[in-house]
Amino acid sequence: MPDSQHDGSAYNYAYLDEQTKRMIRRAILKAVAVPGYQVPFGGREMPLPYGWGTGGIQVTAAIIGRDDTLKVIDQGADDTTNAVSIRRFFARVAEVATTTRTAEATVIQTRHRVPETPLKDGQILVFQVPIPEPLRMLEPRETETRTLHALSEYGVMQVSLYESIARHGRIAKTYNYPVLVNGRYMMSPSPIPKFDNPKLDRNPALQLYGAGREKRIYAVPPYTPVKSLDFDDHPFEIERWSECCALCGSRESFLDEMIVDDAGKRLFVCSDTDYCRERRGEPVQ
Amino acid sequence: MNAPLLSARGVTRRFGGRIACREVSFDLWPGEVLGIVGESGSGKTTLLNCLAGRLAPDEGTITYDSAAAGTVDVHALSEARRRLLARTEWGFVNQDAREGLRMGVSAGANIGERLMAIGARHYGSIRQTASDWLARVEIDLDRLDDRPTTYSGGMRQRLQIARNLVSEPRLVFMDEPTGGLDVSVQARLLDLLRGLVDRFHLSAVLVTHDLGVARLLTHRLMVMQGGRVVEHGLTDQVLDDPQHAYTQMLVASILPV
Repeated sequence: MPDSQHDGSAYNYAYLDEQTKRMIRRAILKAVAVPGYQVPFGGREMPLPYGWGTGGIQVTAAIIGRDDTLKVIDQGADDTTNAVSIRRFFARVAEVATTTRTAEATVIQTRHRVPETPLKDGQILVFQVPIPEPLRMLEPRETETRTLHALSEYGVMQVSLYESIARHGRIAKTYNYPVLVNGRYMMSPSPIPKFDNPKLDRNPALQLYGAGREKRIYAVPPYTPVKSLDFDDHPFEIERWSECCALCGSRESFLDEMIVDDAGKRLFVCSDTDYCRERRGEPVQ
Repeated sequence: MNAPLLSARGVTRRFGGRIACREVSFDLWPGEVLGIVGESGSGKTTLLNCLAGRLAPDEGTITYDSAAAGTVDVHALSEARRRLLARTEWGFVNQDAREGLRMGVSAGANIGERLMAIGARHYGSIRQTASDWLARVEIDLDRLDDRPTTYSGGMRQRLQIARNLVSEPRLVFMDEPTGGLDVSVQARLLDLLRGLVDRFHLSAVLVTHDLGVARLLTHRLMVMQGGRVVEHGLTDQVLDDPQHAYTQMLVASILPV
């Protein structure tokens, strides 16, 4: 249903024109039908530079409606420049309610994190992806990586993990850790820390991944198995900290290390600001 | 065993109007090493690429007696099946080791790649197999974690052989495996290859322009000129009593030492 008449502003609802949204929705449907498969789409110029979330913002624009509540995070935080701008952008062009509370959001656009609060049925998580091809650093030819995906020949990714153990004594990759979706497609989970990888597995929320520069969309439907690659004798492990969060005392969340004075004093705090605020029982600002 | 392992019938390959190899037919029997000799541009490498499924012939068929699936027409297989065959039952040794190796990762990872491609997921056992093979091709074990970029030409070639043989293939294609190596290194490599062929009962198709290599390694020889096979027979017979004028010229061109 075209939604071009709204407050008389020069832009169509949710910025993109209806044809473009339709094209992106088609790509999303295909991506959901083939979990982990990268669907090409005709990416548009967006009013922000490549690398700032053009892919994620197009996916969000294509799926958002007036009833939605949007949350945008950047590295887990709701109050960083990128998150604030994108949230304000959609508040203006799509007239949606915005929130910082994970539980209240229907659409969450994220860069580099999955919220700590478990997601529910019906929520949609939109990732901003810089490099959608997990094999890119190992195989520069696009024709060859497509063949490898088509034939599910993923030995080369295992070779890179082998190399990491041979060099460092353990799998040293800590972010953008490769996963196998639904036992079929190798997928790059975007540069989330590997701490978040287990959250992708059988998540009740729909996960959509948009890469603006590379013009690819891929998806993990709700409750789809997502397995992080490993070796039998070097199993997948997530990061652990000896500290707890200095603000809320959490030992379960992903911690950022901050240097707080010139003498090199360090502090560990939750990367997910909303989760931390909720635990401290403070009101939303 | 009474079926040939690999057989070619009327294999022809053109590049535009130029015919690189025409109507080549032969059978390769289990445990046999077949040499293909001829001068540069005689179609040896094109023929080898056709045999190994890397290049589709314009005419003719190539059938292979697969351990997993019985007799198959190599070029009628789906790409997935052909690639699986190429990394399990076959090996391919390139003239330039850089084409056959992954130069950015360690020797151990190079050897382990085929194992991981067919599902090995135990780091310790992959590493153990890799060091066994490194020892077998006479490379010091402390070079296991070094990249092939730090290896000499002869070591790279031996590493390439180990990387191919680790999945215990039945058939190995070799394109000038000793090309570009100096003679003493060549001699060691030939020695090694002979030992491995013997020990693992390999069948092989070996392309070379060096008749000395052919005499040492191969049981049977095909001589190619201008894309055609002009003479074939047992290696000693072809080299000691050449019948075709071109073969006579080739044999006469060997530099005496």
